[in-house]
Amino acid sequence: MLQQLILAAWAIALAIGLSALFFIGSNVLLDRTLSSDHIRDDDDRSRRDDLRESIRPWIFIGPALLILTLYLVVPVIYTLWLSMNSRAGFVGLANYTWAFNNRGFQISVRNNLLWLIVVPTLSTLFGLVIAYLTDRMWWRNIARSLIFLPMAISFVGASVIWRFIYDYRGGTDQQIGLLNAVIVAFGGEPQAWISVQPLNNFLLMAIMVWIQTGFAMVLLGAAIRGVPEDTIEAANMDGANDFQMFYKIVVPQVWGTVVVVWTTITVLVLKIFDVVLAMTNGQWQTQVLANLMFDIMFRAGDFGRGSTVAVFIMIAVLPIMWWNVRQARKEMS
Amino acid sequence: MINAQRFSVSSGIKHLIVLAFVVLWTLPTAGLLVSSVRDADQLIVSGWWTALVATERNAAHRTGTADSQVEVDNQFRIDGEFFREDSGRTVVSWGTGGRNLDEFQAGDTWVQDDGSRLTVNEDGSYVWLSEQPFEHARGIRLFYIAAIPPRFTMANYERVLAAEGIGRAFVNSVTVTLPATFIPILIAAFAAYALSWMNFWGRSFFLAAIVGLLVVPLQMALIPVLSTYNWLGQTWVGSLGWEPRSYLGVWLAHTGFGLPLAVYLLRNYMAGLPREIMESARMDGATHFKIFITIVLPLSVPALASFAIFQFLWVWNDLLVAIVFLGQGEGRTVLTAQLRELLGSRGDNWEILTSGAFVTMIVPLLVFISMQRYFVRGMLAGSVKGG
Repeated sequence: MLQQLILAAWAIALAIGLSALFFIGSNVLLDRTLSSDHIRDDDDRSRRDDLRESIRPWIFIGPALLILTLYLVVPVIYTLWLSMNSRAGFVGLANYTWAFNNRGFQISVRNNLLWLIVVPTLSTLFGLVIAYLTDRMWWRNIARSLIFLPMAISFVGASVIWRFIYDYRGGTDQQIGLLNAVIVAFGGEPQAWISVQPLNNFLLMAIMVWIQTGFAMVLLGAAIRGVPEDTIEAANMDGANDFQMFYKIVVPQVWGTVVVVWTTITVLVLKIFDVVLAMTNGQWQTQVLANLMFDIMFRAGDFGRGSTVAVFIMIAVLPIMWWNVRQARKEMS
Repeated sequence: MINAQRFSVSSGIKHLIVLAFVVLWTLPTAGLLVSSVRDADQLIVSGWWTALVATERNAAHRTGTADSQVEVDNQFRIDGEFFREDSGRTVVSWGTGGRNLDEFQAGDTWVQDDGSRLTVNEDGSYVWLSEQPFEHARGIRLFYIAAIPPRFTMANYERVLAAEGIGRAFVNSVTVTLPATFIPILIAAFAAYALSWMNFWGRSFFLAAIVGLLVVPLQMALIPVLSTYNWLGQTWVGSLGWEPRSYLGVWLAHTGFGLPLAVYLLRNYMAGLPREIMESARMDGATHFKIFITIVLPLSVPALASFAIFQFLWVWNDLLVAIVFLGQGEGRTVLTAQLRELLGSRGDNWEILTSGAFVTMIVPLLVFISMQRYFVRGMLAGSVKGG
C-alpha cells in the first residue's frame, strides 16, 4: 500500500517535472534558436521577433490541444464511425434501427425523458425557493451549508444512503428503512419500493434532486444577492406581497441564472449512470441510456451498439452545446 | 443595515419551510452516520432513529440441570445467568412458553407444581429453590424479553477497512485522484494563459471549441479510448510494460475529460486580470513565459484552487472512468467501485454498507467543508459543464 502511495507521489512529481521540462525547455529553445539579439537590421529583427512570438502560443497551448484531440475530439468521431459497425464490419444504420426496435432502448429513452423533466425542474425550483427564503436569514449559512453538503457525496455513496431509506423488511419485522417506517407509522402497508413500477424511477430521481438542489441554491443565491435594491424597495413601497415579490420581481431578474442552472443539471442528468447502476442496475424498468450503453459495451462486449447508444446521448446534448457556444461567442465579441 | 429584512415573507412560515428542507436534506446522511456505528444485531431489528432507545429482543434460556444444584440451609438451589457478564442487558418479562413471554415480570417468582420456586431477577440472574433435591437431567426452558441497551461500536469500520477491501480501495482512490488532479492543472494553466493573453491564429475558434467540449458526454469517448488502450497493449508499447488497465491510463483519461473545464475556468479568470500589469511587464521586456510564471500564475491561485477542488471531488467520486479504465478486478478497485460491489454482494448487511459508504464520503466531505469558499467560487464561474 505504501508502495502505491509512493507511486502516486512519484507520478505527481514526474508530471510536474516533465511539464516543467517541456515548457521551460521549449521556451528556452525557442528564444535561443530564433534569437534576434545579433541581428542589426531593424526590419529583419522585427520579422524574427514576430516569427518567434507567433510560435510561442503553440508551445503554451500545444499539450492541451494534443490531449483534447486524443481523448475527446478523435474519440467522438471514432464513436460515430463505430456506431455504424458491428463486429463483422460496416452495417450502415442497422444499429440505429435495432435501437429503435429494442424494448430496453425504448424504456431507457422514456426514463431519460422523465429524468430530464423531473430532476432539473425540481432541483431548480427547490434551489430557487431555498435561496429566496434564506436570503438575509440569520441562520442562512448553516442552512445553506447543510443543503449544499450532498454535493460532496458520490452518486454511489448517495445510492447507499437512499437504498437504506427505501429498505424493506418482509413479514412482521420492524421496518428499518425510514420511508417504510413512516408509512407504517401512518397505518400504511410497507413495500419493496425499488421494484414498484413506475414509482421506482421517481425514487431514483429523488436522489439526484437531493444532490443537485444545493448546486441550484448556491448559484441562484448569488444571483438573488445581485438583485438591485431599488427594484425591491419600489415593490415594497407598492405593497407587493411575498409571492408577488418572488415571481414578479426576483424571478424575472435571476432568470438568466435559472436557465444556466437548468441546462447544467440537464447535461448532468443526460449522462446519469452511477445512481441507476448502484440502485437497480436497470431492473424493474429503470434503465437509462448511459447504463444501457455500459451494459452493451461490457456485458455483451458489443462496441458498435454501445457506440450507437452513446451517440443518442450526444445528440441530446447538441442543442445545449450549440447554445453554450453561441453565448460564449457573443460574450467574446 | 437598512435592508436587514429585504423580503418580507412572513417570518415564521419562512423559517419553518427552510427548517423542513434542512431536516429533509440532512436526515438521510444522519441515518447513515448513526447506523454505521451501531451494533450490527441492533441495526437489523430497529430503525436508526431508535438508536438511543433500548431495543427488545425475544430469547430463550435453558436452566441448569440437577448436577449443578447445591445444598444451602437444607434447601436445594440452582443458580444461573441469562446473560453474559457486563452485557448490560436486562429482563423485561419472562414466561414458561414461547407464546407467553409476559407471564411474569422481572423479579416475580414462579411456584411450580412440585413446590419449587423459580425467581428471575432484572439483571438476568435466576434462583431456583426446592425443599427436595432436584432430579431432572435436562434443564427447563425459560422464555424472556431482553432489553438490549444502545451499543455503539467501531467494529463495523474495522471490518470494512480490513476484511471488505475498503481500506485497500481507499489507497487506490488516493493513487488515482492526486495525479489526476494535478496533471490537468499544469497543462490547462498554460493553455488558459495563451487563450487570454496571446494573439495567434484560431484563438477564438479554440475558445469556442473548449466551450463545446465542456458538455461532450464522457460516453462518447469511452469505447475508442478503451480500444486504443487495448490495442497499445498488443504493440511495441505493450512490450515496454504498458497495460491496458493501468493507473497511467486512468490519470490520462481523467486529464483529458477534465481539461475542458480546467481551461475554461482558468481562462475566464486569467482574462479578467488587469491588462495594465501585463502591458507594463511587456514594456519592461518580460517574455510571455516570464509573465506567466511570475505574475499570472501567482495571481491565479484562487482559480487554480477552485478547479483543483472540482477535479478532486469529481475524480474521487467518479465510478464510470474508474471501472472502465482500471477494471473491477481484485485489489484494483477504487472506493466507489468497491462500494458498489459491496452493494451487490452484501446488499443486506447494512452495518457494512453504511460504514463503507461513510469511509468513501469522509475525504470529499472534509475537503468540501474546509474549502467550500473556493468550490462555490469555481461553481459560479464554470457552471456550464454539468458535473
